[in-house]
Amino acid sequence: MATQTKSSSPVTPSAPPVPVVNYSTRVDKVGWRPQALSLTRAIAAVIIAIIMLIPVIWMAMTAFKPLKDAVAVPPIVFFTPSMEGFVNLMTQQRQVNGEELTQLRARTDLSWADQVALSQQRAIIGQSQFPRQLFNSLVIAGASTIISVVFAVLAAYAFSRFDIPGKDDLLFFILSQRMLPAVVVTVPIFLMYRQVGLYDTHLGMILLYTSFNLSFAVWLLKGFIDEIPKEYEEAALVDGYTRLQAFRKIVLPQSITGIAATTVFSFIFSWNEFAFALMLTQDKARTAPPSIPLILGSGGIEWSTIAAGSLAFLIPVVIVTFALRKHLLRGVTFGAIRKG
Amino acid sequence: MATIELKQVEKKFGESFAVKPLDMTINSGEFIVLLGPSGCGKTTTLRMISGLEAVTSGNILFDGKDVTWLHPSARDIAFVFQFFALYSHLSARENIAFPLQAQGVGRDEIKKRVAEVAHMLKIEHVLNSRPGSLSGGDQQRVALARALVRRPAAFLMDEPLGALDAEFRESMRAEIKRLHIDQNATSVYVTHDQVEAMAMGDRIVVMSNAEVQQAATPMEVYHSPANLFVARFIGSPGMNLIEGKYANGVVQLPGDNRYSVPDSWRNVLSSGLPKDGSVIVGFRPEAVEVRDAGQIHSNTFANDLHGGYTMLHLQLDRDHIVHVRAGREMRYQLNDTVHFDVKPDMVRFFHPETEKALQNGKV
Repeated sequence: MATQTKSSSPVTPSAPPVPVVNYSTRVDKVGWRPQALSLTRAIAAVIIAIIMLIPVIWMAMTAFKPLKDAVAVPPIVFFTPSMEGFVNLMTQQRQVNGEELTQLRARTDLSWADQVALSQQRAIIGQSQFPRQLFNSLVIAGASTIISVVFAVLAAYAFSRFDIPGKDDLLFFILSQRMLPAVVVTVPIFLMYRQVGLYDTHLGMILLYTSFNLSFAVWLLKGFIDEIPKEYEEAALVDGYTRLQAFRKIVLPQSITGIAATTVFSFIFSWNEFAFALMLTQDKARTAPPSIPLILGSGGIEWSTIAAGSLAFLIPVVIVTFALRKHLLRGVTFGAIRKG
Repeated sequence: MATIELKQVEKKFGESFAVKPLDMTINSGEFIVLLGPSGCGKTTTLRMISGLEAVTSGNILFDGKDVTWLHPSARDIAFVFQFFALYSHLSARENIAFPLQAQGVGRDEIKKRVAEVAHMLKIEHVLNSRPGSLSGGDQQRVALARALVRRPAAFLMDEPLGALDAEFRESMRAEIKRLHIDQNATSVYVTHDQVEAMAMGDRIVVMSNAEVQQAATPMEVYHSPANLFVARFIGSPGMNLIEGKYANGVVQLPGDNRYSVPDSWRNVLSSGLPKDGSVIVGFRPEAVEVRDAGQIHSNTFANDLHGGYTMLHLQLDRDHIVHVRAGREMRYQLNDTVHFDVKPDMVRFFHPETEKALQNGKV
């Protein structure tokens, strides 16, 4: 149903301004009651959106607050932005006092990061672990997402199209991989990983996340592929294509929506996963989620630094989701087959 | 163009027959219509010919060559699906070119042949659009173009007009028929619409319950149905079928009517019926001649003016109504008594137990 009321739709800046005119002639659209109702609904939606966004906004604000503003009671809403949090996140520092401090303050060749550290009476002595952990996260989440989506598309296609003996049992088995909560299986997996040398390795984490994602991805994609009419491939088959060509030329492009959605979900899972990462990694393959809460300064919890870490952690997921958002809107590629 | 032969082809799903053993020869250049109600096995038969469905047993021959276990792509056929199966991520042009790309036809040749077929179907103006934005008729034309562009040995069509609006259906029917005549391609066309079948088929294969009921020209199927199923299924309304008792050249009909059987049928009726002489008399609505001296009398139950003609519904008795197609000037008051005769060459008789038509060797 096309909504005729323009009152709640945003006006794109590039287009000429759209006059707020109600073109509908339907009784349930033009009366003052429905209009008031739709206005109320729009306002309610905005309010709910703001409530949902407050934690994120607060986190972003905290990331740019100096430490003393971050812990102030009552909370400070207007503040002078500072890069303290980010500098502390990315670097290792040591305390400097007395004479050394005066010496350092006198120097003019310091970078802006050094100066930010100096304002907290600290000196930068090297890079912190965080950039590497973020990189680990990216490698592990990226690889496990790609592997699980590739395998899941093939498996889902087979489950959707062929008569596989014991199909239902197999599908249930795949789903059952996801049934135990992480807490229950971490200890056995920890012991096994120690034995086979996968503990604290990228490969181990990629394998683990892939096996978790795969079950979910197969089920999700099977749903999408089920919806692609069989006639599409049959048409390709009689047109002279092999099954694999038909899959590549027809099924893949048609299921791009599902693949995008599955990719986003898999990536978010691998990216956010905490329990396994905490138990199964130490230094080499440690990912970002278990490290962020461990950011402890010398003088109490450094909320600015933690918030900066969380913000940096958010960015890749946002990028992936935004990159695929076009495909996440269903119905873009559907509609040429008429259901009678 | 290919001759298609089916030899004892059957298809079982589990224990039940989708198609009982079936023999059929489709001559080169012929337009065959598989007609029947849904679930009668007509689509399964078509899919077996295409190779999309494997046969349970039997052989399929194209031009004498056994293709029973050949992959669909190796059979040189084109298949038009009910819901068109156009690829929504490709433009109409790319859709039409798709089968040619599979064959590895050169770029210029593809361009030429797409243009040719687009011209033939008058769809040049939609070539760059995506199927989703086309009208039903144009989608169907693109689907036909995709089938035609390959110049296949046979066209298989599975209710290609089923998804179209009524007005489109009429004109597309003529277009497909014309295409067939121009291309002279062997065509197998599946439909449940008997009007479509009558209008298009060189021969109609009427199927029901996984079996062929009758395979004949539209004329034969209409005028000399092989059994009660065909008599009822073809025509709208179907054939009038009235039970009676035959004795000595006369059939006793409901409502105290006596119908004297044409001479040419008497021998057949005296020998071919059950002992008590029960018989089913069948005649088409247009085989009836209303006249005052007619030997069958009835009451007017209803009459509908259809513009060009009047459909009279005449009651022999409470449970037996005869549908009569009469001139548009024939209007009666309800419950008027109407007398009529049945044209002697258009009456048919059916055995009430076997449900088969009796043959007198003349029709």
